[in-house]
Amino acid sequence: MKNSKQLMFRIGLGCLALGVLSLPLSAQDAPDVGPHPAPPLKNMESHIGKVTGHAKDGKMDYRRYCAGCHGDLGDGNGENAAWLDPKPRDFTIATFKCRSTPTGTLPTDEDLYNTIGRGVTNSNMPIWNTFSDQQRADLVAYIKTFSPRWEKEKAGEPIKIGPEPAVTIGSISHGKALFTKMECWKCHGPEGKGDGPSAATLTDSKDQPIRPYNFAAGSDDSRFKCGGENQDIYRIFMTGVDGTPMPSFSDNIQPNDAWDLVHFLRTLQVHRKSKENDALKAAGGKIPPYEEKAAPAGQTPNGAAGGGK
Amino acid sequence: MHMGMQSSYRGVSGSSRYFLTAALVIAFLVLSGNQPANALPAFARKYGLRCSACHESWPMLNYFGQKFKDNGYQLMNDKDSPIWQNPSYWPITLRITPFWSRESTNKIAADTASGQTSLATTGFNLSGLDILTGGTLEKNISFLLVPSADETGAFHFESANVRFDNLFHSPWLNVRVGKFELDSFISEKRTLTLSAAGGAYQLFHFIPVNDGNIFGQLGDNQIGAEWMGHSFNDRTRLSAAVFSSTDGNVDVPYGQNSYTAFFAGSQAFGAGKLGVQRVGGYAMIGAAPTSYLTSGGVPILGSGTSNKSFSRVGFEGLFYLGEHLDFQVFTQHGSDDAWFGACFGDVVTGTCDPANNPGAGAGATLPAGFRNPTWNGAFVETHFVYNPQFTIFQRSEWVRMSQQADPAAATNLGNIDNYVFGYRYNPFMSSRAGFAFHNEYSWIRQRGTAPDGSDLTSSSIMLGFDFDF
Repeated sequence: MKNSKQLMFRIGLGCLALGVLSLPLSAQDAPDVGPHPAPPLKNMESHIGKVTGHAKDGKMDYRRYCAGCHGDLGDGNGENAAWLDPKPRDFTIATFKCRSTPTGTLPTDEDLYNTIGRGVTNSNMPIWNTFSDQQRADLVAYIKTFSPRWEKEKAGEPIKIGPEPAVTIGSISHGKALFTKMECWKCHGPEGKGDGPSAATLTDSKDQPIRPYNFAAGSDDSRFKCGGENQDIYRIFMTGVDGTPMPSFSDNIQPNDAWDLVHFLRTLQVHRKSKENDALKAAGGKIPPYEEKAAPAGQTPNGAAGGGK
Repeated sequence: MHMGMQSSYRGVSGSSRYFLTAALVIAFLVLSGNQPANALPAFARKYGLRCSACHESWPMLNYFGQKFKDNGYQLMNDKDSPIWQNPSYWPITLRITPFWSRESTNKIAADTASGQTSLATTGFNLSGLDILTGGTLEKNISFLLVPSADETGAFHFESANVRFDNLFHSPWLNVRVGKFELDSFISEKRTLTLSAAGGAYQLFHFIPVNDGNIFGQLGDNQIGAEWMGHSFNDRTRLSAAVFSSTDGNVDVPYGQNSYTAFFAGSQAFGAGKLGVQRVGGYAMIGAAPTSYLTSGGVPILGSGTSNKSFSRVGFEGLFYLGEHLDFQVFTQHGSDDAWFGACFGDVVTGTCDPANNPGAGAGATLPAGFRNPTWNGAFVETHFVYNPQFTIFQRSEWVRMSQQADPAAATNLGNIDNYVFGYRYNPFMSSRAGFAFHNEYSWIRQRGTAPDGSDLTSSSIMLGFDFDF
């Protein structure tokens, strides 16, 4: 009996010692993060196809996969944020780069869902396509708990994207003319290397330095931040990249002009095999100067025929 | 004798009860602190991800970690090449586990009146040291080098391989050459269990009693070449490897021309709110020598001939029941050639009697009546992940001989029952280091292998601090 009491006393002492040991260890979190109160868990939902995501079910996955960069409060201030470039998204302001909706509006649930599964190339945001559909939907719902905008506003209406016209040397030529006329080169540089005269001065909405996309860098399988297909580039023109200096051109550019610009931008990806580079190669490797042609009676210069103007 | 074993176990269960209670108290005291979960060293430092992003509970991989590994330790975000890293970045992790344990065995040979005794030993101890270095040499060229020491400091290379990923821009074309872990998605190298009686998967190392085949151990890293392919989201995985039948030993010390092949495939699929499930299978088919030339009676290294065959095939599955509970299931049907069953095979390291070597001129023959030893086995490992910092686990494993090589042997000779349970608590985690308080109890019994031919039973209680940096 006496031995048993001594044993219990020793074990209790051991527990105390280990507990004391654990406390300072657990206090060594990144100093800029501070305590981690969970955000108020609203009954937020997301709807992607037939899948309904629930915020409460996304909490654990957010903590496991996302909080290290985006922070427990969703403010983009996780313990790794200081070391990352570009910085993680701040969910509390609900400004998102990759949207199918007009500039200034909230993205659709599907936009966020796609971003999670696609990742963000040239950043530390991985391709989280190992999640189940339900996990991704739950995470979307949880992300929406960080900003009151999701309670007050509805997501914007996705823009409509028509069919892509055929690639011709004419459409590439017109795209190049638009690239010059719309001063894309000021940021992206005349050869699309992200070295335009304004490039060094650009900052995002949180005053963090930001670099224009370098089309010429990367390999054959390079992707864009918001997708790798031509319609993804088209969508970026028309919706803008909110939170960055890249504006929406939806008020300045007609749909077929946008496609021509897409075709030209593809030729700036000099290491990439593409139909645009094939068309350029077939034309001798040089883009001819664009010549404005008079539109036939009853048609606008940006008629439905698309490229080859 | 039997009573002695029982009284020994009373002692174990009494003290283990106290320690388990104490450990649980500690765990819940610290849990109440509600600390955040963070990450793991070398790769976490490179990519700025919490360790929980890749690990269910380190070192066990989750699906994302498996995909990261299958991509050659790349996130595939165009920043994987080391040229993007700070020049001072050094992809090295050190891992070791200081611990206290109680090890108990019911019967060991001893100079006593009965010729054996039970033994229970307590004390502080150390695990071996792993120096884990891995990452990319260039985009789509990766490496893993793991110099590893046992607890005495004796070093060997646990892994040393280079891998070429995404050849021709296809995730289906990845080639690895060197010493590597066989491609079972249930990985013994990443098991959560650490104790002496519960740290290994028995089926990954099972050898029938008096069997001479050491070459069929799935749990030992092997030296060879592997093709591995996977779908973009890693739901489908396939691999085929061929390696020398040396059990991972360097300098080809066994057969002149003996190789083993390993095939694995698995498919994952979503199951709604249950999570992503994965099912698959594997097959290991090999040949290894049973006869060696000798010089002065000593086997000449690399002279082995008379290859005999062996095989291991089975099912593996990883099933989630929601976000907190998962089950790993692993089965095996194993078969060795009768010559191995009669303990021909490894005479180089002394597994078998040197007399069992036809090449020594003794003209040894297969004993009459001997046949292929075969067995079946399975284990179920369960993880209750309360949160990324706290995981409770158990594993139950059974191996049953279905045919003894020696017809005279007891039908259950060598059968194994192994049970492990415990928990692993990370009081803190950061993307710079990993630290876990690890508490585990394990019990194992093998039929008929005690000095007196009765059952041999061992158990471990372990309290350790597992850390890496």
